[in-house]
Amino acid sequence: MTVVTAIRTLVSPATSDKVAMMMLWISASIAILILLFILGYIVIRGISVVNLSFLLGSPRLSGAEGGILPAIVGTFCLMVVAMLSAVPIGIGAAIYLAEYAPKGAVTGIITFGVECLAGVPSIVIGLFGYAFLVIYLGFGFSILSGGLALMFMVLPWIVRVSEESIKAVPMGLREGSFALGATKWQTVSRAVLPSAVPGIVTGVILGIGKAIGETAVIMFTAGSSLLMPSSLFDPVRALPYHLYILASEGISDTMAYGSSVVLLAMVLLINLAAIAVQKRYGRYHGRK
Amino acid sequence: MAGNEIEIESRDLNLWYGGAQALKDITLTMPEKKVTAIIGPSGCGKSTFIRCINRMNDLIKDCRITGELLFEGRNVYDKGVDAASLRKKIGMVFQKPNPFPMSVYDNIAYGPRLHGLRKREELDEIVEESLKASALWKEIADILDRSALDLSGGQQQRLCIARTLAVKPKVILFDEPCSALDPISTAKIEDLINNLKHDYTIVIVTHNMQQAARVSDYTAFFLLGELVEFGKTKQIFEMPEEKSTEDYITGRFG
Ligand SMILES: Nc1ncnc2c1ncn2[C@@H]1O[C@H](COP(=O)(O)OP(=O)(O)OP(=O)(O)O)[C@@H](O)[C@H]1O
Ligand SMILES: [Mg+2]
Repeated sequence: MTVVTAIRTLVSPATSDKVAMMMLWISASIAILILLFILGYIVIRGISVVNLSFLLGSPRLSGAEGGILPAIVGTFCLMVVAMLSAVPIGIGAAIYLAEYAPKGAVTGIITFGVECLAGVPSIVIGLFGYAFLVIYLGFGFSILSGGLALMFMVLPWIVRVSEESIKAVPMGLREGSFALGATKWQTVSRAVLPSAVPGIVTGVILGIGKAIGETAVIMFTAGSSLLMPSSLFDPVRALPYHLYILASEGISDTMAYGSSVVLLAMVLLINLAAIAVQKRYGRYHGRK
Repeated sequence: MAGNEIEIESRDLNLWYGGAQALKDITLTMPEKKVTAIIGPSGCGKSTFIRCINRMNDLIKDCRITGELLFEGRNVYDKGVDAASLRKKIGMVFQKPNPFPMSVYDNIAYGPRLHGLRKREELDEIVEESLKASALWKEIADILDRSALDLSGGQQQRLCIARTLAVKPKVILFDEPCSALDPISTAKIEDLINNLKHDYTIVIVTHNMQQAARVSDYTAFFLLGELVEFGKTKQIFEMPEEKSTEDYITGRFG
């Protein structure tokens, strides 16, 4: 204590202000440097193999040569299945929790359940997906199994973020709608939801971002086929799993880094798309 | 009050938020196509009272009401009355402008669309009519597709009035509609209310004594959840019967 007091008396507020700012600046710089270092390292090691025939070609020799198109397509299909199932369920649940559920024990339990689901390690979800989807429901290693297992993963995120954005819609807006003679559902669907869209979109994007790099879940459920899928019931190998195999089985480091570059680019594209969607829907959300 | 039909009447209206009583035995009549002002110090139940008229308090948990509130001769709290249809006839403008985060056009078309109107020409017509009636048309006729949130506060409030007019109500409730606005916007809204009273029954809550005197025909003075005095505005302002009314109007408290 006495030391702190001593320092306080010695150092003027202006100086401590400068010191604090310096420390924060250093933290920010370190965070950005780490990010740049990772990105730079991967791009430098992988960019040399990334070209059109890599993106659009089929793999040969287990992926040591050729391209990664089936893995890109596989990842894409998994995302589509996961999001087509997670988004409606997630938003529906969020609307219920935010607007309809009576504030009480039951709602508390549901919310707690959602939080817990969000915390389940992906490897456990993968194992469950294998037992339930692949074996019990007989979907086999397939896009369907993998997509649904990913849905289990992202659902809690979508519920949580959507619920928060719905709750953040000001009460005055709801009152404005009711005062015009709207019913509860009309108010929710026509006034509240459109106002919550930017937040919900962010949640969905977060979900995709989480799902796209997910490896543990899909290696138990989607299979590892390097062939082009032709139906929902075909197995696929998603990009992250492909690069895991390339690297862990020593097939080709360069190809693994090449795949990483593509994966990073996909994440970047998703985020850009998110920004575009938010701009489009956020158009009415105030002055820019 | 001779010659004026009574549009809204509250009889022995009591309201509790949980255990706290916010309105006590309010008995009050509001005549058709007149402006009734509700005045009184903060927390005396003015908003609570006008929110009873269009059943806005239904949205609040633990809110209990006894007594009657008659509109068109029927108690709005009767079992068979549908709150949504009631609110279509009794519009409300709030203290804080609350336009929807949509285009100006969609804001005004919101109500008519709720009630089933789809035809573009008819909607166009209602939008234009409502904007003209709320003295906004000249200012914003060519930016109907812009976000309503880009408008100034005063314009937003007039947009909210236009939005209310678009569903063709009989009554409009104003809860301190000018408290967030500058004097010029306030004057515009007062002019508007003076025009609207030819076609609508108006109830307005205000903290501004001059405003009550300027726009209203009748005035009700509330204190601590009770109606202290009700009468012609001129009479309330010039020779109030109650000491507390006089004290409030002359600014000695509140
Ligand atoms: N939703 C609510 N839940 C519980 N109590 C409430 C609620 N709304 C209002 N009250 C209480 O009821 C009383 C009347 O409030 P009301 O908002 O009607 O006053 P008011 O006259 O409109 O005041 P102001 O001029 O400040 O707007 C106050 O004591 C207030 O604290
Ligand atoms: Mg009030």
